[in-house]
Amino acid sequence: MQSLIVAHGVADFRSEISDLRLLISDLRSQISALWLGLVVGLVLCGSDHLAVAQEPPRSVVDVTATDHPNDVGTTIDVSWTLSPDDDLNIESPVVSAYHVLRKQDGDVDFVKIGEVPSQTETFTDQGVQRKRAYRYQVVTVGPGGESTPVETNETVTPIMEWFRTDRGWLAVIVLVICGAVVAFIAIAKSGRELYIRKIPGLEAVDEAVGRATEMGRACLFVPGIQDINDIQTVAGITVLSRVASLTAEYGARLEVPTARSLVMTTARETVEASYLAEGRPDAYREDDIYYLTDEQFGYVAAVTGTMTREKPAACFYMGAFFAESLILAETGNAVGAIQVAGTAQPSQLPFFVAACDYTLIGEEFFAASAYLSGEPVQLGSLRGQDVGKLLVAALLLIGCGAATWVEVNSSPTAVSVMTYLQNNVLGSGGFLP
Amino acid sequence: MYEFLKNLDRRWIFLLILLAVAIPILGEWQFPEKPSPMVQSVFDAIENLPAGSDIWMAYDYDPGSQGELHPMALAFTRQCAFKRHKMYFMTLWPQGPPMIQKNIELLIKEFPDLEYGVDYVNLGYRPGYEGPIKLAVIDLRKTIAADVDGKSLDDLPMTRDFKNIQEVDLIVNVSAGYPGTKEWVLYASTSYNIPTVAGCTGVQAPYLYPYVPQQLDGLLGAIKGAAEYEFLLLEAYPSLRENPKAQEALRRMGPQLLAHLVLIGLIVAGNVIYFVGRSRGDV
Amino acid sequence: MKRTVPMVIAAVTGFVLIVSYFIPLTEEWGSIAMQWFNVLAAIAFVLGGSNLMRMNLQKISDRRPGWGYAAVTLIAFLVTLCVGLLKVGVQPTESFPTNAWAAPYNQEGSFLWWLYEYMYKPLQATMFALLAFFIASAAFRAFRAKNPESIALLATAFIVLMGRTYVGGLMRDVLPASLEWLSFDSMTNYIMSVFNLAGMRAITIGIALGVASTSLKVLLGVDRSYLGAGDE
Repeated sequence: MQSLIVAHGVADFRSEISDLRLLISDLRSQISALWLGLVVGLVLCGSDHLAVAQEPPRSVVDVTATDHPNDVGTTIDVSWTLSPDDDLNIESPVVSAYHVLRKQDGDVDFVKIGEVPSQTETFTDQGVQRKRAYRYQVVTVGPGGESTPVETNETVTPIMEWFRTDRGWLAVIVLVICGAVVAFIAIAKSGRELYIRKIPGLEAVDEAVGRATEMGRACLFVPGIQDINDIQTVAGITVLSRVASLTAEYGARLEVPTARSLVMTTARETVEASYLAEGRPDAYREDDIYYLTDEQFGYVAAVTGTMTREKPAACFYMGAFFAESLILAETGNAVGAIQVAGTAQPSQLPFFVAACDYTLIGEEFFAASAYLSGEPVQLGSLRGQDVGKLLVAALLLIGCGAATWVEVNSSPTAVSVMTYLQNNVLGSGGFLP
Repeated sequence: MYEFLKNLDRRWIFLLILLAVAIPILGEWQFPEKPSPMVQSVFDAIENLPAGSDIWMAYDYDPGSQGELHPMALAFTRQCAFKRHKMYFMTLWPQGPPMIQKNIELLIKEFPDLEYGVDYVNLGYRPGYEGPIKLAVIDLRKTIAADVDGKSLDDLPMTRDFKNIQEVDLIVNVSAGYPGTKEWVLYASTSYNIPTVAGCTGVQAPYLYPYVPQQLDGLLGAIKGAAEYEFLLLEAYPSLRENPKAQEALRRMGPQLLAHLVLIGLIVAGNVIYFVGRSRGDV
Repeated sequence: MKRTVPMVIAAVTGFVLIVSYFIPLTEEWGSIAMQWFNVLAAIAFVLGGSNLMRMNLQKISDRRPGWGYAAVTLIAFLVTLCVGLLKVGVQPTESFPTNAWAAPYNQEGSFLWWLYEYMYKPLQATMFALLAFFIASAAFRAFRAKNPESIALLATAFIVLMGRTYVGGLMRDVLPASLEWLSFDSMTNYIMSVFNLAGMRAITIGIALGVASTSLKVLLGVDRSYLGAGDE
């Protein structure tokens, strides 16, 4: 069960990459205000303001139906040009809605399948079957009645695409980043040394557990308030295994309150494994790793209560945190604990930085497992991550350069580079311009 | 004095904050607002849609954040009701349904001509974090088959032909954390190009600003954003001036002003202690 | 076995979810995996509940320090569970006038609604409101002008704190149009949309890459710490 849920969580990383792409896209778009200034004008024929309310409105023009791209063949897009009577400037509206009707090959009559309000020019029909031919009609409706229907000129047959070309570039970026990670893991396996800089926050873990042992007090580990499907919780559990090894070695007590039952079972497995590895299975106390409640503030109340009563000497906050971050860290500070935090929750980082002794910021936190294990295979993944960073930096530079070039000298080449980057590489335009 | 401040008991600070919040509330301080361009763009996103548009109201917050987010959620609901938009309420937070219920009660009381199932529907809570978004954006019935009272979606006029969230004209998200705005942006707005506006807590605002204007058409940050929004709403719909409940956020700006001033005072005091201590060789 | 099977499940499901994003035919598979996840997430509530009961009962029976709190927790847990499941105080609705069981469990006036409205809600709001007090004490303690960076941070904090209040906009009325940008709210907007935005994007990009790399390590079975101990 855990593995399925973890898989669900980790698979989301392609959304993160997609998010990343969008962020880069945004950054450039801010530089080039030109590209944001595209205004799509509505086709309004405001010539006739004399329509009589009692008469049916005039029909729409040019009804077209096209197969919806990049789907399994179950959607058709219908579009039209607004009825000349659909004018916002007319005081009493002549058009209230458009009805869309459909006929499947072999059928005799058109059947109404949907309705959209006035000023709408498109309708998406998601109720069609693959490889069947369809025709559409659009009827303008108003207080005066219905217009004559306008039909599509040709039939349209939806088909299934095998690959989503609109996400082609995303697939390439995913492949490059994942490929780099896999490649560097392979290189590391071959025995090449890889350098990793010192991370003070992780060095502090040893110091904190040592101090707790000297003082004869417990260490408190909070693995965030999210479930095991959140990759930050997985990263937190990795740090927990290191903390557990140290408490096993030094003979300090380790307490882990969790806000999710699945995190509790995972934490128990991990801590038990660390105690076994240190040769101290007898010192492992399952009851010190317990579930409190899923409720955010109920959990905070219980953990801060434990802190005030038991006064742990070291507190670790490693995982996904929200509003509770500062409440926890300030309480820890008040009881005089040495505190180390790690999270990839940007909104909570300032609170931890202000109230804790050491904070692992964002990617440092994810680098923890590689750093702590020291295994070459894990270090390889960090190097792969750097390739991703280079790719992002390159895209940013090219994008910013092209945007500036367009601003200074709007040559057709610069514009086409810019457009391709914006719409295809970072947008959903696919491979072809 | 220096010794007192240096070893200041935290409870004195807590007392100061209590007074800073209580005095303006009891004194009913209220100030006019100057809407920022960001708030204006959120307002326009709803205001400029043709009447009767479909709006997905994703209200992902709980009683804990109610104080900060409820006024903006109510403001969104009021504006959509004035514009006669069709509203689909849903939450991904287990404690969210009562928050939606309060919005429904507002519609029943202030807009009695709007009809449940025709103009608005309460789809309730769905567990599974962002899972329901991923399903509902492809096929709504895979995650929601009935409204909050168990009535089949096929029996409600506004959901009978409704297939998935891709059909809506705008997503309005009010979020206090996870799952919230980021998840709606990732799995619905950008994946399927659905225009989206959001409102969030003050802590989250800096984190969500990067999504404007490409992924989000606008963002309301905490009670300040809500107050500016209410101000715009009062300008556009003057009948609301008679309704004190439509000015909740505006009223909360008084405590915010005084609390911020106290915070600045505390930071200054903290630094004075630091520099005096340094000159005395204590630091 | 104990570690291999979960690892294979994680890898297969993870890759199916990734592939389903790019190949329309497999979109349905992704949905099925999601439905499974939703079912499992709901079952996990039972796991947590039973552990909570066991732990607290043990605390009470051993008379450990603070066992009174455990008793309060248990009573609150059981009362909430029972009134919710048994729909205590729920009145019949128009659709089913003879059967109160058909009405929603959280109906206004029901016992669960009372618990929610008058206990749960104020307690939650109280905990959240604590933040304001802790922010004040942290500001007093941590915001010190120790070096140029922290001075810059202090100046920014001052501008944003003022810009987020009514006073922030007042300066706009006093200043000439050419100097309007000097008002606190204009400067706040500028700080948020330029400096904050740039910083947040950099952090978010770093985090996104960290998530991608960590996820891949889990999917490839390089990082197995979440699986705990056991045979390979």
